[in-house]
Amino acid sequence: MTEMAHALRVQNLSKSFNDNSVLRGISLDVATHEVVCLIGASGSGKSTLLRCINLLEPVNAGRIWLGDEEITRAGIDEDRVRQRIGIVFQAFNLFPHMTVLRNITLGPREALGLSRSEADERARGLLERFGLSEKSDDYPDRLSGGQQQRVAIVRALAMDPELILLDEVTSALDPELIAEVLNLIRELAGRGMTMVIATHEMSFARDIADRVCFLDEGVIAEAGPPDQIFTAPSHPRTQRFLQRIIAAGRM
Amino acid sequence: MGDTKRSAGRGSRLLGNRAVLVSTTSTILFFIAVAVVVALAPGSDIVGERFLNWVHLKQSLLGTATAPSVAEAFLLNVRMFMIAEAIILVLALVIALVRGVPGPVFFPFRAVAVVYTDIFRGVPLILVLYMIGFGVPGLGLGYVSTRSDITYGIIALVLVYSAYVAEVYRAGIDSVHQSQTAAARSLGLSRWQSMRFVVLPQAVRRVIPPLLNDFIGLQKDTALVSVLGSIEAARAAQIYGAEQFNYSAYVVAALLFVLVTIPLARFTDHLIARDRRRREAGGAAPGALGTAAGAPHDVPGAIG
Repeated sequence: MTEMAHALRVQNLSKSFNDNSVLRGISLDVATHEVVCLIGASGSGKSTLLRCINLLEPVNAGRIWLGDEEITRAGIDEDRVRQRIGIVFQAFNLFPHMTVLRNITLGPREALGLSRSEADERARGLLERFGLSEKSDDYPDRLSGGQQQRVAIVRALAMDPELILLDEVTSALDPELIAEVLNLIRELAGRGMTMVIATHEMSFARDIADRVCFLDEGVIAEAGPPDQIFTAPSHPRTQRFLQRIIAAGRM
Repeated sequence: MGDTKRSAGRGSRLLGNRAVLVSTTSTILFFIAVAVVVALAPGSDIVGERFLNWVHLKQSLLGTATAPSVAEAFLLNVRMFMIAEAIILVLALVIALVRGVPGPVFFPFRAVAVVYTDIFRGVPLILVLYMIGFGVPGLGLGYVSTRSDITYGIIALVLVYSAYVAEVYRAGIDSVHQSQTAAARSLGLSRWQSMRFVVLPQAVRRVIPPLLNDFIGLQKDTALVSVLGSIEAARAAQIYGAEQFNYSAYVVAALLFVLVTIPLARFTDHLIARDRRRREAGGAAPGALGTAAGAPHDVPGAIG
């Protein structure tokens, strides 16, 4: 691989909860505009990896760079780092006491210091773009799961992040609501957004990813272009995982 | 006939009317029974004369040349609990927040908050009143030691009730799921911003009923300040009773307390009921924020 601009570099990352080591030396480079999908069984460390990148979990060992800046060094301003990385959670985590618009403008206004009118304008623009305009004054409880998750993605986008992390964003959705969310993510990929996506949607991963990483017991067992991973996996664990997925009718 | 069968609405309304009838009847019967028992009690005439004498009720309410008006004295209770409640709302929140501040540097602050709540929830209010009301003046600290009994009374009430209310706040803060904090922090908000914009608004909303409950307790406990010599409603009633050998003044004082606590109690019930309605409706009505709840047909949230 030639030298190119890296949005994210993860080097030898380890993370354990008490005695349970979840990540055991993960190394991953993500180029700008690249879409990387993380696949693997539940508990393989996908979510933990994303939470570590966003500094929501302290790491035990290893280093992470965002652009040129090491974000795992001591004394880093974590809030400033998080402003540059968007994350979308499996359970949406919208703020139930705020309208959709306020959910989206909270970060830009309070963390980025935008004025109310600037933040509102930015939020309305994004809502418009993703077909959610008429929901801006509703409370999250009044939206369908798919709409809520789209709002959560818009909330992350409103921070104008360098990188977006998506943590199994369709796992909590009814099947008929998954497509609208996946389509939104496709659109982001089409616009060159750098993304790391943990997902169970194999055909989606195959479709959207520039690179697929198979996580197994806290390490990246195999990584490569989606065609290679899904049609000719070399690692026996990858093969077994994909066989199970196919047997379950999920691909 | 068929019409009646078809209309479920009318059927349930009939049932509702019957329920009202039954409950009204049983209530009336219950109070008749209580009245009969009281009326048949051997001392009922004397007790009636001592506690429910119309002339004394009126006279104690308005005051006499020698005994203070219970109504006027009650204004002191009102003043005390209004001032105390305002201070408690803020102080208790500060204590609850201090208790939750992470980091080893803040250990002494957390420790102070814990010790404070432990002590002031454990010591009976009347003892705190004695200690503040008689102890602080005894210190001879100039300004601090020369305040009125009422001031010391309010301080004691604030000290004790802030400890309770701080725990109420803390329970509310703990009840907000940590994924909310994670979402706020992931937007780059600081710990304090996450608390202020995301956690606290949800926490406070949830603890309004228990908080009002504590305030009802506080309103009654202003009567205890009389041990410091302040002539509030209970003490005024006592003075009247001692002078006239009639206890109707106590009933007057009791009614005045009930008069201010009942609206607050009903308001608390209303909030609890609204909260339950919201939950049962699958959160379809964001009523706590005062927005108009829309018609059912624009609520697609039910699917999720």
